[in-house]
Amino acid sequence: MAQTLTGRVWREQPQRYNMMANKDTETGKVYFPPRRVAPGNLDATFEDVQLSGTGKVLTYTIIRVAPTPYGDLAPYALAVVEADGGGRLTCQLTDLDVEEVKIGMAVKFEFRKLYDDNEASVIYYGYKAVTA
Amino acid sequence: MRDVAVIGIGMTKFGELWERSYRDLFVEAAAGAMKDAGVDNLDSMYIGCMSGGLFVGQEHTGSLMADYLGVAPIPATRVESACASGGAAFRTAWIEVASGLSDIVLAGGVEKMTDVDGGMATYALATAADAEYEGFHGATFPGLYAMLAHAHMDKYGTTSEMLAHIAVKNHENGHLNPYAQFPGKITVDGVLGSTMVADPLHILDCSPVTDGAAAVILAPLDLAQSMGLPIVKVLSVGMASDTIALHAREEITHLGSVATATKRALDLAGLSIGDIDFCEVHDCFTIAEVCVLEAMGVYGPGKAGPASMAGETARDGKFPVNPSGGLKSKGHPVGATGIAQIIELVKQLRGTAENGRQLANANRGLAQNMGGSGGSSVVSILEAM
Repeated sequence: MAQTLTGRVWREQPQRYNMMANKDTETGKVYFPPRRVAPGNLDATFEDVQLSGTGKVLTYTIIRVAPTPYGDLAPYALAVVEADGGGRLTCQLTDLDVEEVKIGMAVKFEFRKLYDDNEASVIYYGYKAVTA
Repeated sequence: MRDVAVIGIGMTKFGELWERSYRDLFVEAAAGAMKDAGVDNLDSMYIGCMSGGLFVGQEHTGSLMADYLGVAPIPATRVESACASGGAAFRTAWIEVASGLSDIVLAGGVEKMTDVDGGMATYALATAADAEYEGFHGATFPGLYAMLAHAHMDKYGTTSEMLAHIAVKNHENGHLNPYAQFPGKITVDGVLGSTMVADPLHILDCSPVTDGAAAVILAPLDLAQSMGLPIVKVLSVGMASDTIALHAREEITHLGSVATATKRALDLAGLSIGDIDFCEVHDCFTIAEVCVLEAMGVYGPGKAGPASMAGETARDGKFPVNPSGGLKSKGHPVGATGIAQIIELVKQLRGTAENGRQLANANRGLAQNMGGSGGSSVVSILEAM
């Protein structure tokens, strides 16, 4: 995998560290990551919002064959989570028995280490979810 | 727009082809298609390829392939839409012929996937998802389709056994395809007992990593008729996009790009789905075949799993799906897949499918090619002349 320069990591920090999203002031729809335009509306106006710290699992899987950076972590649970108050994302579920994950379970988000990129001397951090 | 026909087809055997290079694969398929059509030059060429850069460290595929096929200085362009790159190349070539700009245009596809190890191949494929918001968090393609599968099971009661029947059926068909990577037959118990890749998908629910290339030649219908060749008419091609991330879809189990691309293709051809005799669909995972058949309107939501288990999509069923063996058995060299689907339609419509897998009723066929977890889809409808 090609080396990633730190600018790419730094740019995503508001989302990965603080879960910053935005909300269409007209429709109320929450976008994560924030969008510059809304579907079908180039003139949409937005306000910055932070995703709520809790949500529920819409669907999930247990990754048993992992991509290169996560090879040592498998098996791990991965889920689509809908944040309470709006906004959807994909993240890992951690600090639980992967066999216990269920659709509809309540979770809360935590700030966690994701993986080391030794080649670039970067440690990636971001959000994961744990049982609420 | 001018009417367009497919006048030539060519493909390599699909598989782990250690002795074959990226350019070698493409040139074999493209030269085969040109010979089949009886043409010795082209006006233009489009090549579907998802990631020459990550798989073999080569971009500028158009130039490379025009050079080694010996057709430079024609215009040659790589077309990329992840796993739908082949279908998108076919659509682009069709537009160019239909527009009147060019007469003889090659639409091809190629992927050389086994020059990297499994972890790198998984990573390269995952770039078809949202790299920053899915791939970064450890999503793989089996993982994304596994999440689709769990949602579908939760909502409609689809079971792993239903999915296993789809894999078994596709290997039954691929068993008769001399180009298939894995022509061996499998059993439902074999699928259910195979290694879990991403719950609930087993390794035998997944299409393989494959090297291969495929190519077809397009020409205006009237020119094709004057050449006295076996002709298959292109009735229409439809394409659509959707959110790149699975999590951004209002309804996770609904493949909106497939529904829209299908409607566009059917509308342009003046047909409804009931007018189609058989289809090739993008079964990158068994659950994909279920969701695609439902999005296309062949079956209502939640009905494709039970129908597949009842044998309705087998070669002798009422709506045969993937007579080639599909991606599951034939193999899935990503950029080549959309073109290989077109080739199976052409063989069935010409009445020349090998080894007795020729369908009894094949006058009109549909090919559905999909990118990522449904972020793009191309649907093509072809008819026997």
